[in-house]
Amino acid sequence: MTIRVLFFASLADATGMREAEVDPGLHPDVASVFTEFARKFPKLEAHRASLLYALNSEFVAPDAAVSDGDEVAFLPPVSGG
Amino acid sequence: MFHLVREPIDVERIRDALVRPEDGAVAVFQGVVRNHARGRRVTAIEYHAYESMALRKLEEIGARARTEFAIREIAIVHRLGRLEPTEASVAIVVVSAHRAAAFDSCRFAIDTLKKIVPIWKKEIYEGGEVWIEGGN
Repeated sequence: MTIRVLFFASLADATGMREAEVDPGLHPDVASVFTEFARKFPKLEAHRASLLYALNSEFVAPDAAVSDGDEVAFLPPVSGG
Repeated sequence: MFHLVREPIDVERIRDALVRPEDGAVAVFQGVVRNHARGRRVTAIEYHAYESMALRKLEEIGARARTEFAIREIAIVHRLGRLEPTEASVAIVVVSAHRAAAFDSCRFAIDTLKKIVPIWKKEIYEGGEVWIEGGN
């Protein structure tokens, strides 16, 4: 299974990348995908409390299940306008 | 009309595209880059978006505005990239028969945009730059 993962704003700075393709393993949810990345990029951990999760361009809860071909995005609190 | 653009926003053109003879009010809100924030001098702001989702959310705000207020049409255009003070980062144009709904829905649209649309700004100062996240 392959999913696309997107990082925005300070999260892109923390990982040094804007997107990645990964195999999230068995029975993943969006929060566990984040945990995997936080293991590789410890700076991400500080963002977890304020993070919003999106799955295929819609806000979802941390326990939303991920399927093959999905696009998962980690969003810092927004500041447009 | 819901767009993310990289060039200056032409509010008059949006207004002209929206307004019809049956309308009695046009309300326009522009969010503008300010030259100061948090006690520092801001030289520019860079706007970044999760574009596919941001567009979807702008459309969602428009649909809610049309349902919840007595308006005929609404346009929301947000600019991305690097902007300088006095330039508009966002424009909301509402047309309606009467002014109250136009004012109210404009306010609703900008307030909701600031909460749910995945766009982020980076403030650029003379001696550095900082992502602004939340606080709206």
